[in-house]
Amino acid sequence: MSEPLLSVRDLRAWFFTDQGIAKAVDGVSFEVREGETLGIVGESGCGKTVTSLALLGLLPEPPARLMDGSSVRFRGQELVGADEKQLRALRGNEISMVFQEPMSSLNPVFSVGDQITETLRLHRGMDRRAARAEAVRLLGEVGIPEPARRVDEYPHQLSGGMRQRVMIAMAISCSPKLLIADEPTTALDVTIQAQILELLAELRRTLGMAVLLITHDLGVVAEVCDRVVVMYAGQVVETGTVEDIFVRPAHPYTRGLLGSLPSVGGAGGRLVSIAGTVPSPLHWPDGCRFRARCGLAGDGCEAPQDLVELGAHGRAARCWRART
Amino acid sequence: MTKYLVRRLLGAIPLILGIATIVFFAVNLAPGDPTLYYISPGMTQEVVEQMRVNFGLDEPVHIRYVKWLGAMLTGDFGYSFSHSRPVLDVLADFLPNTLILSACALTVAFLFGIVLGTLQAIRQYSFRDSALSVVLLFFYSMPSFWLALMLILTFSLFARNVWEWPIWFPASGMMSTDYEFLSFGAKVRDRLAHLVLPTTSLACVLTAGIARYMRGSMLEVIRQDYVRTARAKGLSERVVVFKHALRNALLPIITLLGLFIPVLFSGTIFIETIFAWPGMGRTIYEAILTRDYPVVMAGSFFFATMVVVANLLADVLYAWVDPRIRYE
Ligand SMILES: Nc1ncnc2c1ncn2[C@@H]1O[C@H](COP(=O)(O)OP(=O)(O)OP(=O)(O)O)[C@@H](O)[C@H]1O
Ligand SMILES: [Mg+2]
Repeated sequence: MSEPLLSVRDLRAWFFTDQGIAKAVDGVSFEVREGETLGIVGESGCGKTVTSLALLGLLPEPPARLMDGSSVRFRGQELVGADEKQLRALRGNEISMVFQEPMSSLNPVFSVGDQITETLRLHRGMDRRAARAEAVRLLGEVGIPEPARRVDEYPHQLSGGMRQRVMIAMAISCSPKLLIADEPTTALDVTIQAQILELLAELRRTLGMAVLLITHDLGVVAEVCDRVVVMYAGQVVETGTVEDIFVRPAHPYTRGLLGSLPSVGGAGGRLVSIAGTVPSPLHWPDGCRFRARCGLAGDGCEAPQDLVELGAHGRAARCWRART
Repeated sequence: MTKYLVRRLLGAIPLILGIATIVFFAVNLAPGDPTLYYISPGMTQEVVEQMRVNFGLDEPVHIRYVKWLGAMLTGDFGYSFSHSRPVLDVLADFLPNTLILSACALTVAFLFGIVLGTLQAIRQYSFRDSALSVVLLFFYSMPSFWLALMLILTFSLFARNVWEWPIWFPASGMMSTDYEFLSFGAKVRDRLAHLVLPTTSLACVLTAGIARYMRGSMLEVIRQDYVRTARAKGLSERVVVFKHALRNALLPIITLLGLFIPVLFSGTIFIETIFAWPGMGRTIYEAILTRDYPVVMAGSFFFATMVVVANLLADVLYAWVDPRIRYE
């Protein structure tokens, strides 16, 4: 098999704060292949956003730092420790991002058109006229009615769903190889959520880009993802295809997540919680980090858990019981 | 937007009338009799009485108020006791000089305040941030007249006579005595040189204040989601800060324009007096000493009106820069 588009190895992003060291991301590995949709799921605070920001060097340093041994390779190029100029050439160009909050992710004092053309002019070197025409086309492509008029409007004149479409238009403007969408639909109401997901899936097909979709929502994962990474307490606890995860979950945490769905594999179920609370990244528990909340906790769980490979397709779970 | 403007303009009218009223009574009800200042020993009682009539002080205060207000509305601000000229002529001579000085100080203060505050915010808690904080706090706490004296001492007196620096700045007036004989270029340079010290003295406090607000505003904006979006687009840090963040951080700074104009004007009273700057501040100060009521009233009224206008301007500017208000 050819080299994956994005390969993340042992990523550790720690925050050095006054209260101590928050190991928000503590040894995360996964890969994204050309053209696929990879979902990252996990409870709030498990480090999904920090992971996604770390990929492009967007964490605030300080307090954040990528620890030695972390590696992010994109099309063969190492991004950890790459200089700012190389990263900037990738950002918004080959790798782009859509954020959770469409309300605050667009700059309120610039028109929608200005914000889209900015990217086009930067990475594509288009002149003002061409960039504007392209912006109108992009707005049409993401399903905004009357794009020629909307292009001159300001973010506050658009609804949340429309703003997220603008964010997406901005993100796809340079035909990226990888689109990172961090909970792109969480802030939107249900019907709009479905439309935005539909749009992302369609764009992925037409543009042939890979999508890294971060979400709380297992229903969304089941619907649009090819493979899934389940995160817990700054680590990957299970990876596999959507079918693996939903039909044969190997880690008790994954099973817990599925159990909290109204109907397994059904759409629209928002994650409720598993009993117990998420530990703080300042003090991860010793041994298996899920132990305190795990119904199956026993003798083998005091030792730190490694990812156990299950079969050949990158399927793995961080639980010694999965070995059997 | 037009409706908003008209509403604000109409709202300013009663405000200005109120100001005129307060100014009038504050001056006229103050203890003391202006004529006492102008009589000399040996004047007969009749002459003094005649003087009171000439000054219009023989009538009761409420009649004087109505007359003054009526005259003012027709653009007649009365006759200066000490200058022996119409007040309007006095204002026409001195007000422009004050406006020149104020405009320079304001420009310098906003320019430096915005840049320094931004430089602090983008490296919060760094050495640069802390050092600037200390220096700015110093300038913020020092009275401007003290600063003015120190500047004169350093950049005028010592620089010229003791240290013999190649550059020093004049400490008095708006132009040199030989101004008329200078070439055009030299005239411009002479004028600018005379502006340096008074402008600096006036601007220091304001710069420090604006930088402080700017730092806070920038810190607030820099952690907004849209700044992260701008970085994720691949923009350079310079564009992220000076385009995306700055534009937003400037919004609350615009309101300072209205807030700081009064500080500026009261500053001119000291600074113009110290630097012998022939402006309105110094003229009002002298008018107070000589009990020249018409000049005090007209001067205060103009200053107060300009504060109102500055606030209006700040609001309009805000609305114009912020699309959320512009398209309401
Ligand atoms: N700037 C920061 N300073 C200190 N700690 C931080 C900072 N940013 C994030 N963290 C910590 O990193 C941890 C992971 O946060 P992250 O935002 O990645 O969670 P998440 O999985 O995206 O959660 P959510 O689903 O709520 O978005 C959190 O516990 C948070 O406290
Ligand atoms: Mg998040």
